[in-house]
Amino acid sequence: MTMPETELRSPLRELLSELTPTVFICALILVGFILVVIFAPLIAPYGEGEILTNDSFALQGSEGKAQPGSTLLLGGDFLGRDILSRLVYGARVTLSVALAISLLAFLLGSTIGFLAATLRGTADAILSRIVDALISFPSIMIALIVVTSLGSTFTVLIITVALIDATRVFRVARALAMDIIVQDYIEAATVRGEGLGWIMWQEVLPNALGPLAAEFGIRFTYAILFISALSFLGLGVQPPHSDLGLMVKENIQALLYASAYDDLRYALICISPALCIATVTVSVNLIVDWYLKSTGASLPEEL
Amino acid sequence: MTLTALIGRRLLIGVFILLIVSVLVFAGTEILPGDVATAILGQSATPELVALIRERLGLDDPVYLRYLHWLGGLVTGNLGTSLVNGADLGGEVGVRLFNTFFLAILTASVAVPLSIVLGLLSALKPNGALDRTISTVTLALISLPDFLTAIILVTLFAVTWKFFPAIVNIRSDDGITDIMHALVLPVATLVFAVLAHMVRMTRTVVLNVLTSAPIEMALLKGIPRWRILIVHALPNALAPIVNVIALNLAYLIAGIVVIETLFNVLGLGRFTVESVQNRDIPAVQVCAMIFCAVYVLLNLLADVISIIANPRLRHPK
Repeated sequence: MTMPETELRSPLRELLSELTPTVFICALILVGFILVVIFAPLIAPYGEGEILTNDSFALQGSEGKAQPGSTLLLGGDFLGRDILSRLVYGARVTLSVALAISLLAFLLGSTIGFLAATLRGTADAILSRIVDALISFPSIMIALIVVTSLGSTFTVLIITVALIDATRVFRVARALAMDIIVQDYIEAATVRGEGLGWIMWQEVLPNALGPLAAEFGIRFTYAILFISALSFLGLGVQPPHSDLGLMVKENIQALLYASAYDDLRYALICISPALCIATVTVSVNLIVDWYLKSTGASLPEEL
Repeated sequence: MTLTALIGRRLLIGVFILLIVSVLVFAGTEILPGDVATAILGQSATPELVALIRERLGLDDPVYLRYLHWLGGLVTGNLGTSLVNGADLGGEVGVRLFNTFFLAILTASVAVPLSIVLGLLSALKPNGALDRTISTVTLALISLPDFLTAIILVTLFAVTWKFFPAIVNIRSDDGITDIMHALVLPVATLVFAVLAHMVRMTRTVVLNVLTSAPIEMALLKGIPRWRILIVHALPNALAPIVNVIALNLAYLIAGIVVIETLFNVLGLGRFTVESVQNRDIPAVQVCAMIFCAVYVLLNLLADVISIIANPRLRHPK
């Protein structure tokens, strides 16, 4: 039996046919950032910690006095390092830390969430109550307490923020799985004697994948915002590493220069890292919004 | 179950959550890899001095005794002393808490009415031009880091036009107008931080009510849409909206920590960050407890309001 040709369109092609110009631009921006993250050492004109001039906040396009022949395309930071290079390395650190956080949070959150929904009963009750208790803390306070006691190394930051985020993923994954677990095909799988692992990964996961992908995008932007807020407070990524939030903190004095010399180019030195963060997070959120609207998928409410 | 019994149960759960919070805050800051006494003394740590400090701080007592002692102090208002300067934390925390509270009240008094109006306008014509504009702008606002909003506001209003100060520097003899003037930019940033979520959630809540049967009836009777919205939908949506507001004010906590640091507001958020940087454990514990308590209370308030508003919640399945 052959199916009519028109019904064979793949879901991906259907999705792409609804591509709007805004979403296309957002996708291009993200691809650009991914390339920057991967090829940072090739793209950055100077090293992460290389000091090009002895002045604080050199203007855009000025020559680095400490290194003749060098130009600070986007200006210099408070130590005379090249802003452009710091941005490239900063984006690399911020985005890869945020990605690690979201991947870990999803691995933990969705596994435990699916488990709770599949097992139901006491196991579900216990897991849900634990998550309820964890969610009743403001997440920034958990992070501050952990950083006070354990310091802020990359490992501590990633694991802490991932655990905080996993509680949210748990709720979404559990709610999604709860709707799937009552379907007939799950019952069929149970009746033919499939194990817990099969049901979780072969039956529940594929059917929850769409909304979970959208949730991943949202979680990723939260991770970026959270980690850069921590770094901005001086409690996240530590110098001499570059991080977009840390760069804002380090160069906040540039605003005083802008005010004193009445020259907005100084302000740009401090704004540019924050703008990089915003470009990524806005792009991801617009893509997620479009994805949810065009697939008709929705995330569980009241989370 | 009667309404009072149900609310009483929620309150009990709230107290229980606060107890768990206190255990976790205490445990989280107590499992330090290093010895606190050595950390305070730094390089001048001789065994005798370390022993003296340990005795004075009661560090040789068993953990549960220290926890009970600390909790007893918190409940009776004795917050302990700072490790950095040995000052009583009660006075410092009191002043800081007042400043933060002032900032939060100002923010709420601007953000709450504004978000309700914008949310209602959005729901008036779903998918109309205004709704789509508000939806896109709020989505973008949600994605912005708080410090970007702050820096842009400072660049525009403090650096370029010099309307407002970039740094909040309040002296004790300043009048109320001076204080308000200094707080315009921090409050504006915080409003932006919470506004987007509130507008979007208000819109969802109002749209949910608008699709209910009584509203459809009103529509069929030919009552104008704005009148349906104000007279029929708003009263029904009010309780969920209050719920939304309480939840979002809880989100405000993270914003307050960042904004106070950026604008140099001497509030509790900035104090927390300073204490973390100085590893001033008693101070971190007190600050974390206060923020967590406010968060739990606001969530509790949201719960209680939705129970009162929604009779279906009074009879859980």
